[in-house]
Amino acid sequence: MDRIPILKFGNALLVTIQVDMHDRLATALEEDLTAKIVAHNARGVLIDISALEIVDSFIGRMLDNIAAVSRILDADTVVVGMRPAVAITLVELGLSLTGVKTALNVERGMAMIQSRLSESEADDADDKD
Amino acid sequence: MPTTKTERLEIRLSDDVVRVRQLTRSLAVEVGLSLVDQTKIVTASSELARNTLDYGGGGQVTVEIVEQGGRRGLRLTFDDKGPGIADVEQALKDGFTSGKGMGLGLGGAKRLSNEFSIESKLGEGTKVSIARWK
Amino acid sequence: MDRQVGSDIASLVSRNEQTILPEWMELQKKAGTLHIGRISEGELQSQSRNFLHLLRDALGKGGSDVSDPAYEPAKAMLAELSRSRALQGFSPSETARFIFSLKEPLFNALNRDKKLSADQIASTVWSTTLLLDELGLFTLEIFQKSREEVIVRQQREIAELSTPVVKLWDGILALPLIGTLDSQRTQVVMENLLQTIVDDEAEIAIIDITGVPTVDTLTAQHLLKTVAAARLMGADCMISGIRPQIAQTMVHLGVELNVISKATLADALSLALRQTGRAVVKVKTAALENKKIGGQET
Repeated sequence: MDRIPILKFGNALLVTIQVDMHDRLATALEEDLTAKIVAHNARGVLIDISALEIVDSFIGRMLDNIAAVSRILDADTVVVGMRPAVAITLVELGLSLTGVKTALNVERGMAMIQSRLSESEADDADDKD
Repeated sequence: MPTTKTERLEIRLSDDVVRVRQLTRSLAVEVGLSLVDQTKIVTASSELARNTLDYGGGGQVTVEIVEQGGRRGLRLTFDDKGPGIADVEQALKDGFTSGKGMGLGLGGAKRLSNEFSIESKLGEGTKVSIARWK
Repeated sequence: MDRQVGSDIASLVSRNEQTILPEWMELQKKAGTLHIGRISEGELQSQSRNFLHLLRDALGKGGSDVSDPAYEPAKAMLAELSRSRALQGFSPSETARFIFSLKEPLFNALNRDKKLSADQIASTVWSTTLLLDELGLFTLEIFQKSREEVIVRQQREIAELSTPVVKLWDGILALPLIGTLDSQRTQVVMENLLQTIVDDEAEIAIIDITGVPTVDTLTAQHLLKTVAAARLMGADCMISGIRPQIAQTMVHLGVELNVISKATLADALSLALRQTGRAVVKVKTAALENKKIGGQET
């Protein structure tokens, strides 16, 4: 079975979803990401959904789960590139994805992850003083 | 009402949910629905297909291009011989608040469609029909 | 209804097509259908002949009941005709006349038919009248719907034109809403805003409602949906221009706007600039400095 590739990008992981995923593929992605966050001690997860024409409740829950799991593992998840039609449909569907941070594109998403990391490092430094 | 095209798909495996999405998309394009409307009905079809699989024990969907009074539309009918839904009204409400399980699929599909109807009998099965008009 | 009556009229039409069609054409021409040249005689001829055949077939298969599925092809053709006449600028009665003017030639053919008794003629005339009346009304309904579709489409265009998305600064968009926000309009506005957010790579969208007279629960819902969708895409929203009355109404209605709101667009812009890491500074001091050093203005 094909698995969705996960790339390492500095201290973050980058996933680009380009296919219409069937449920098994989505579940496999969740598992793979969790394993890799731990393996690489990743501090951020970037999920690029700019190629997705449809996000239904299953995918929505997958994104929610990934965000929740990564939070426990001390990593930030940012979902980027949601298409307008998808956003409108998700709102109508009632999926608010409140646990998920979003950004317009990969660049902004990465910047978001890095700035939050440097913020938390500064906080840690303050604490030590 | 007159139907100009009908296609049927069996929903037995999770791969079939993808096929239902793809079929709905191509017929939605044929009807000439706007991109947002296409997205809405394809998403609704995914929700209902998954319900049919997860809660109905599998079933089938009939996708039809329909015409009424000069308007073109897309109608999807999901059929299963599963356990049926005890309280349909509750099922439509539940998901909206809990965001989990079957309810979100039904309520969501209803909100995403112009027309929605459901028939369910305990022990006999469920039939859900949605439509979107151009 | 009566299948026998239907097939009787059907065979009447078949037998007398050579006289019915030209008589019908004449009546339509006299009524002015070809006037101003909106359609050509050839077009009218083929439309009329086509319909006559479809009607004959429907009568043969479905009797004189217009709701019978056998009438779908005839109704589809009428719908098409009605729609195109609506777009071509015909009036409703001019369009319906297509059907109603068919009565006279049909009744003439009936009266000429020696095989029928007076009673038979009377009842056939009655059934035919009912049938054509139904079809005439159907034509009018479709005509009306087509005109409404034009209006809806124009409303959409007006909505698009009257709600331009404005770029205030790099990454900051403004959407000045003017007028009432109905369902249809909000959809157009929402799609427009979201697409512009993508195209411009905006970080913040300011929705200004100074020009919106009232905000009821539905309007507020529409606004919130737009904000939610923008957030899902990674952009932030602000609402500005909330007048005191609107603020009070919203509190009374129990509407909660979980989005930053500012009294004026200026306030919102100021906040947006700060949030995107910018500051606005006065240049007066710099110019004075230049003068003292004796620098030249470029």
